[in-house]
Amino acid sequence: MAKPRVKVPKTAKAGDIILIKTLISHKMENGLRKDKKTGKPIPRKIISDFSAKFNGKEVFKAKLHGGISANPYLAFNAKVPASGEFEFTWTEDTGKTWSAKKSITVS
Amino acid sequence: MAEKIQIEIVNRRDFVLGASAVAALATLTTLGSGEALAKSNWADEMKALIGDAKPATGKVSLELPEIAENGNTVPFTVSADSPMTAADHVKEMHVFATGNPVAHVVSLFFTPESGKATATSRMRLGKTQDVVAVAVMSNGKVYMGKRQVKVTIGGCGG
Repeated sequence: MAKPRVKVPKTAKAGDIILIKTLISHKMENGLRKDKKTGKPIPRKIISDFSAKFNGKEVFKAKLHGGISANPYLAFNAKVPASGEFEFTWTEDTGKTWSAKKSITVS
Repeated sequence: MAEKIQIEIVNRRDFVLGASAVAALATLTTLGSGEALAKSNWADEMKALIGDAKPATGKVSLELPEIAENGNTVPFTVSADSPMTAADHVKEMHVFATGNPVAHVVSLFFTPESGKATATSRMRLGKTQDVVAVAVMSNGKVYMGKRQVKVTIGGCGG
């Protein structure tokens, strides 16, 4: 269901601060909504963790809660000293994970 | 005989009045405690994250629409003023929607490699309320920023 999408610039200059945009399709069921037919609350199921690593080192991390909208979008910055690969991981509170990789060439 | 009846009526009226007064008082107290709960809610959640630190105002800015038509997706950007060096950077930023059933929206963890302590996302807002962002610096100092958002249609389910 969930499909991650990431935008990272293809090239940059050494030491540049780049903008990374990420999006993943997920309902982010916050556990407060009720089923319209049965009246029972729908159990909570959200993406609770996000992390971004550059060449294996964590540059940015986020803990999401029920107050984040469906299809969580996250945009943040990173400093790139050299060429390398970004790895992004999303973790659902059930333990399920999704990941995406993007490389960048630094001149 | 007539006198007796009148006394009875008065008594009953007193009784009804008294009962409604008690009922009103009961509603008032429950309302009061409910409001207190909602108020202390986000402060408690914040305390659990930053401990007893007293956040100073400034350095943190929030970009949010003044009026959010749809509370289901309200775009927001939080940023903190910092050089983001190894010695002096923003470690954590916590965002709270003070009027939501669960106030804590997101925690962002930055590193010097983040370059800038800025992040953008989208949040749910149940009603018109204040959105608060708290930044924890690498030297332990805590700063806070606040912004009010008017919400036309709430987005917290129900």
